[in-house]
Amino acid sequence: MTLLAIDRLSLAIGGKLILRSVSLTVAPGEILGLVGESGSGKSMTLNAIMRLGPPGTRTEGAIRFEGADLLAGPERAMESVRGRKIGMVFQEPMTALNPVQTIGRQVAECFRLHLGFGAREALAEAAERLRRAGLPPEIVPLDRYPHQLSGGQRQRVVVAIAAALGPKLILADEPTTALDATARGGIIDLLAGLARREGAGLVFVTHDLASIAGIADRIAFMKDGEVVEEGSAPSIFRSLRHPYAQSLLAASALPPIAPDEAAGGTEPIVEAVDVSVVYGGGVRAVDGVSLTLMSGESLAIVGESGSGKSTLARSVLGLEPLAAGTVRIAGTDIHRASGGALRAARAAIQAVFQDPYGSLNPRHRIERIVAEPLHLLGRIASAERRARIARALADVGLPPDGARRYPHEFSGGQRQRIAIARALISEPKVIVLDEAVSALDVTTRAQIVALLRELSRRRGLAYLFITHDLDAARAVANRVVVMRRGRVVEEGRTAAVLAQPHDPYTKELIAAAPDLETVLAAREAEARTR
Amino acid sequence: MKRSSASLAIGLAFTALILAAAGLSLVWTPYDAELILVEQRLMPPSAAHWFGTDQMGRDVLSMILGGARNSIAVALVAAGIGLGAGVPLGLFAAAQGGIVDEIVMRSNDLIFAFPALLLAILITAIAGPGAINAIVAIGIFNIPVFARLARGGALALWPRDFVRAARVAGKGRLRISLEHILPNIASVLIVQGTIQFSLGVLAEAGLSYVGLGAQPPAPSWGRMLAESQTYFALAPWLALAPGLAIVTTVLGLNMLGDGLRDLLDPRIRRERAI
Repeated sequence: MTLLAIDRLSLAIGGKLILRSVSLTVAPGEILGLVGESGSGKSMTLNAIMRLGPPGTRTEGAIRFEGADLLAGPERAMESVRGRKIGMVFQEPMTALNPVQTIGRQVAECFRLHLGFGAREALAEAAERLRRAGLPPEIVPLDRYPHQLSGGQRQRVVVAIAAALGPKLILADEPTTALDATARGGIIDLLAGLARREGAGLVFVTHDLASIAGIADRIAFMKDGEVVEEGSAPSIFRSLRHPYAQSLLAASALPPIAPDEAAGGTEPIVEAVDVSVVYGGGVRAVDGVSLTLMSGESLAIVGESGSGKSTLARSVLGLEPLAAGTVRIAGTDIHRASGGALRAARAAIQAVFQDPYGSLNPRHRIERIVAEPLHLLGRIASAERRARIARALADVGLPPDGARRYPHEFSGGQRQRIAIARALISEPKVIVLDEAVSALDVTTRAQIVALLRELSRRRGLAYLFITHDLDAARAVANRVVVMRRGRVVEEGRTAAVLAQPHDPYTKELIAAAPDLETVLAAREAEARTR
Repeated sequence: MKRSSASLAIGLAFTALILAAAGLSLVWTPYDAELILVEQRLMPPSAAHWFGTDQMGRDVLSMILGGARNSIAVALVAAGIGLGAGVPLGLFAAAQGGIVDEIVMRSNDLIFAFPALLLAILITAIAGPGAINAIVAIGIFNIPVFARLARGGALALWPRDFVRAARVAGKGRLRISLEHILPNIASVLIVQGTIQFSLGVLAEAGLSYVGLGAQPPAPSWGRMLAESQTYFALAPWLALAPGLAIVTTVLGLNMLGDGLRDLLDPRIRRERAI
């Protein structure tokens, strides 16, 4: 019996074809993973089911839910379906919740609105739902506001709302993408539980195969608005035929760095000694951290959000005033130096940030963005300047005519290449990569990781690689520092630390974000024993 | 989309009309706006005097044209003072933060705390009435408006990654403020500029009305309005003409500001593109 049957659905917005003849089915209790890159049409498929497409959307085909075509009925009919029979979980829980209402009230509203419960009754029901979503009121009281919760807790509230009225189908649109690695596993288990225990169908949209491989019954790969491959999980992963699905699988498992690669020279480039950063209110964001990075070495700093790793990165860059300690870049104290010495130190350390959309000034041309650090090197003739810009763009694999264009003309991956070109132009010795691959989708992430490794090999560049993505840490760095609450809890060779962690927190981090191969191996072992 | 482009078009038309009137008065008016011909006093609108004449026989149309020049000069320079002093202050406060920010913004609050007209009266009472003092008085009021706006916009931009990237590139606060912050808040400042411009026209009219603006014999809308009161029953056109001129200017500038806001706001522009 099928719960949802999408039959040759085509969708166009303003004359532009977004979905081409998509056919998918979901049975009660079944988990369908819908996988693809941004722009592949996977989110639009969810919107089409809910009939939430933007104005000017035209559809063909049918979406049958419990036998009735959702596309054929009047808008009024959809109102009784949305929220009641089909629940939805969004990517960004902060924007999905009302910031000025308590979480209890937001969950209770479902019962008041749809079932006509009284205020007290609805609140009691909300408490029960939140408890089932992993937020017992003894620990997370109902009168908390969304901003008082962590990202993972907020997403649990969103799931509680989506599941409140016992919907037959739950649509989850990248529900784990905006979350920390440690919070992801919890949300995945919670959603899988709704399908397993309460028999709801679940459509789980993601670009990250590892997050879906552990729970999906079936997986459909989408590209350019079409379903290019579909099959049962986990066996489908071993027999992918479509080149796009294969490339996505390959990109999901980043090849670990060789043990002798980026091992480092003898000259220390970054020396942080007893660094502490204290925020207003006495919060010690970084608490007595010392680390040394040798020339040509790649060092990963991992930890969940709030562990102080980004603050440490900023203080190494000289952007965050220190409460105690010193940071030397190629021998120069970057917090106390001035004049020429400071400029030389700044030219030696550059940075690439997380958000490729936020790190480029939208009003400047690429040539101006990339050339920004050049002023550190004193006066440069304009011919030399142009040559350097062209070289930096070539180094990151961008065409030279990109120089005259603006950031919005480039994709996310290309923008991150532009940010890397800017970091390269002053010929630094070390680049701080602050979550530089975390916001990219898997294919782009694999490409940027490959680029970073190639640049490091060719130029002997050192990296300070700040990330919560252990997979990326394995691929880029051969030494790792694990941070928690502003302190270093463990450090050592990446391969060794991530294979045999000693600290319980490191173990927790690794367990929360298993790589695709580990997940698949576990499922196959489970299938064999059954 | 239709609404905002209509608002822009009407605003532009009204503003252009007033600017043209002010420009025209520099080279030509139907009559000398200061010429008193008592025998022709209080004449109703006619072919010779489109807007009639006032109690001293001056041509009202010529006075309106001359008054436009006065109003626009005062409001424009006052808005310029606000932009010129307020924006650097706001950018500086945002860039420095901490105690500097506190001092700058609290001084702004101090200016805001005074009723605008009262302070203007205070200034003109100390320095004497006149167009220049009106400009200074109105200009001072524009400073905190722009300072707050610039500071707010800049504070939102400072934590952005492209600003951090510029800091990593070793650029100083001043340079970042000029190269990265200012261009990104320029559109809001332009919009606010047109709104302060219209408020300036209104404030100038208010000051002239109480006799603290441009002094006779220079024509001024506010004073025309004040003088017309006594003759309202006899010659209503005397009040109507400057009143309409003020309304047209203020309305035009406000609609222009609204239209520009919609045009320049990238968020709205993006929504339109979809």
